[in-house]
Amino acid sequence: MDLIWDGIREAARLWWSGDGEIIEITLRTLAISSAATALALLIGIPLGAVLALRRFWGRGLIVAAVNTGMGMPPVVIGLLVALILWRTGPLGDLNLIYTPTAMVVAQLLLSLPLVVGFSLASIQSVNPRLIGQMWAMGANRLQVLWLLVRETRLGLLAAVMGGFGAAISEVGASMQVGGNLAGETRVLTTATVLETGRGNFEVAIALSLVLVVLAFLVNLVLTAVQQRRPVT
Amino acid sequence: MTERVDAHLEVRDLVVQRGGVNVLEIETLDIPRGLVTVVIGPNGSGKSTLLAALQLVLHPSRGRLLLDGEPMDADPVRTRRRMSAAFQEALLLSMSVRANVELPLRLRGVDRRRRRELAEHWLERFGIANLSKRHARQLSGGEAQRVSLARAFASQPEVLLLDEPFSGVDAPTREGLIEDFAEIVSETRPTTVLVTHDRDEALRLGDHAALLIEGGLRQTGRPAEVFDRPADRAVAEFVGMENVWAGERSESGVYRAGGVRLASTAKSVALGAPALLCVRPERVVLTRDGDGSGNQLRAVVRTVRPRGPVIRSDLSSGRLSLTADVPVAAWDELGVSVGDEVIARISPADVHVIEDDG
Repeated sequence: MDLIWDGIREAARLWWSGDGEIIEITLRTLAISSAATALALLIGIPLGAVLALRRFWGRGLIVAAVNTGMGMPPVVIGLLVALILWRTGPLGDLNLIYTPTAMVVAQLLLSLPLVVGFSLASIQSVNPRLIGQMWAMGANRLQVLWLLVRETRLGLLAAVMGGFGAAISEVGASMQVGGNLAGETRVLTTATVLETGRGNFEVAIALSLVLVVLAFLVNLVLTAVQQRRPVT
Repeated sequence: MTERVDAHLEVRDLVVQRGGVNVLEIETLDIPRGLVTVVIGPNGSGKSTLLAALQLVLHPSRGRLLLDGEPMDADPVRTRRRMSAAFQEALLLSMSVRANVELPLRLRGVDRRRRRELAEHWLERFGIANLSKRHARQLSGGEAQRVSLARAFASQPEVLLLDEPFSGVDAPTREGLIEDFAEIVSETRPTTVLVTHDRDEALRLGDHAALLIEGGLRQTGRPAEVFDRPADRAVAEFVGMENVWAGERSESGVYRAGGVRLASTAKSVALGAPALLCVRPERVVLTRDGDGSGNQLRAVVRTVRPRGPVIRSDLSSGRLSLTADVPVAAWDELGVSVGDEVIARISPADVHVIEDDG
């Protein structure tokens, strides 16, 4: 128990003293995971909409792949991205391995299936006649997508939360493609693994608490948006 | 059967298939400009399919749809922006009433001030200005349908496509809504296609009617003409022509059916040619005594059942079975019951004749 209390005290001290490294790691974590989530939304929502609204050959296969992707172990994604970005890999010339960009790619691939899956489910639940009415009102393709996003915003915010949660909480893939380099690719999860390995439990607990509080705050904002009274 | 009209919308050689089966097949249909065309027909006759084709939301297997002589599918979004639609369900989006009415204008890039002006005008016209700030999910069925119609008018469409917009609301609300709609449509005169299965609605709102049965266009014309002078037996049955008798012409303007002689002023068929004689039930007048004018059939009352404002009675006259709808007050005055004998009077002008091609 002392160990946990010490950890909590250490976390408070680190934050209180404005520890530069902790703040830097926190900001990097937020930046990488936010970028990955934003990209996942940009690609995932239209993809979810297409899968929800169109019937085409191979659709079932893609939906099955999306559902599988929702439970894909991060280390598998990490391995895949590492193989592609490895210096001798197909995209090795880009020199992206062990960079924040590589971590964004890995987290994007992890959160994308969640965003597609949630978007697909929300958009599929819209009354097809309402979608017909959107077309009848003279909406073009982009406007129909905008109206669908607006209409399913509760479900889509779940997609945002799910996507962000998957990105910020994973550690394996970030380790594999980021390398946990201090000052460059170290994020809260990889730093926690490192400190645990070193036996620095107070610091590990402090980092974990920061991670939990961060995830909680982001979801608090998203939940507030999701649950607010509908406005015009 | 098709009259010459200033066609705003033209349907040519249209075929829509579902599962390899033709669900709609129309060779020619002209929708006249600035008038209300009611599309009537039984369930599954293809009415809504026709409307969906005009909204360009389904892909016909064959055929052309023209708006002002131009193919409608050349630029579907542009075409749809010249039209508006309202359905049996109000289909409002999760936003305020005013935002819903403004939405088609917003999609067309109309500026905020003009949008607001138009939305407020149409909410006012449909008597729901007080609901402007209410969320669409908090409306009653009748209110929601008014919002849906206000939204349809707000973009000042050239063409209004309506799929039974009054059938989902309760009777008293419906009455007021139809009244307001009729007034607005007669002022603004958009080319309107109104799908309905309601005879009263068709007669009251329609300038022109197109009747579909089993996916085919069976008759066009003024609504009263379609209801009173059906083109064939199937149309006669659909329009509630309860009395359809097989007979033949015996002399000029006189027909024989079931051993009964009936005079008609309708267009004639060849002497001895088989004919179907049709009489609407409300055109059969029952009296105690004949007065010597028109067709007078001695008939026995077989059944009596109330049907809203009328009493429906089945009678037999010789080998002929006939049905009469008599207003309740007139029935009470007549004072007859099952088994009594009455005189059924039918004016020769009310006997419609169809050539019976079997």
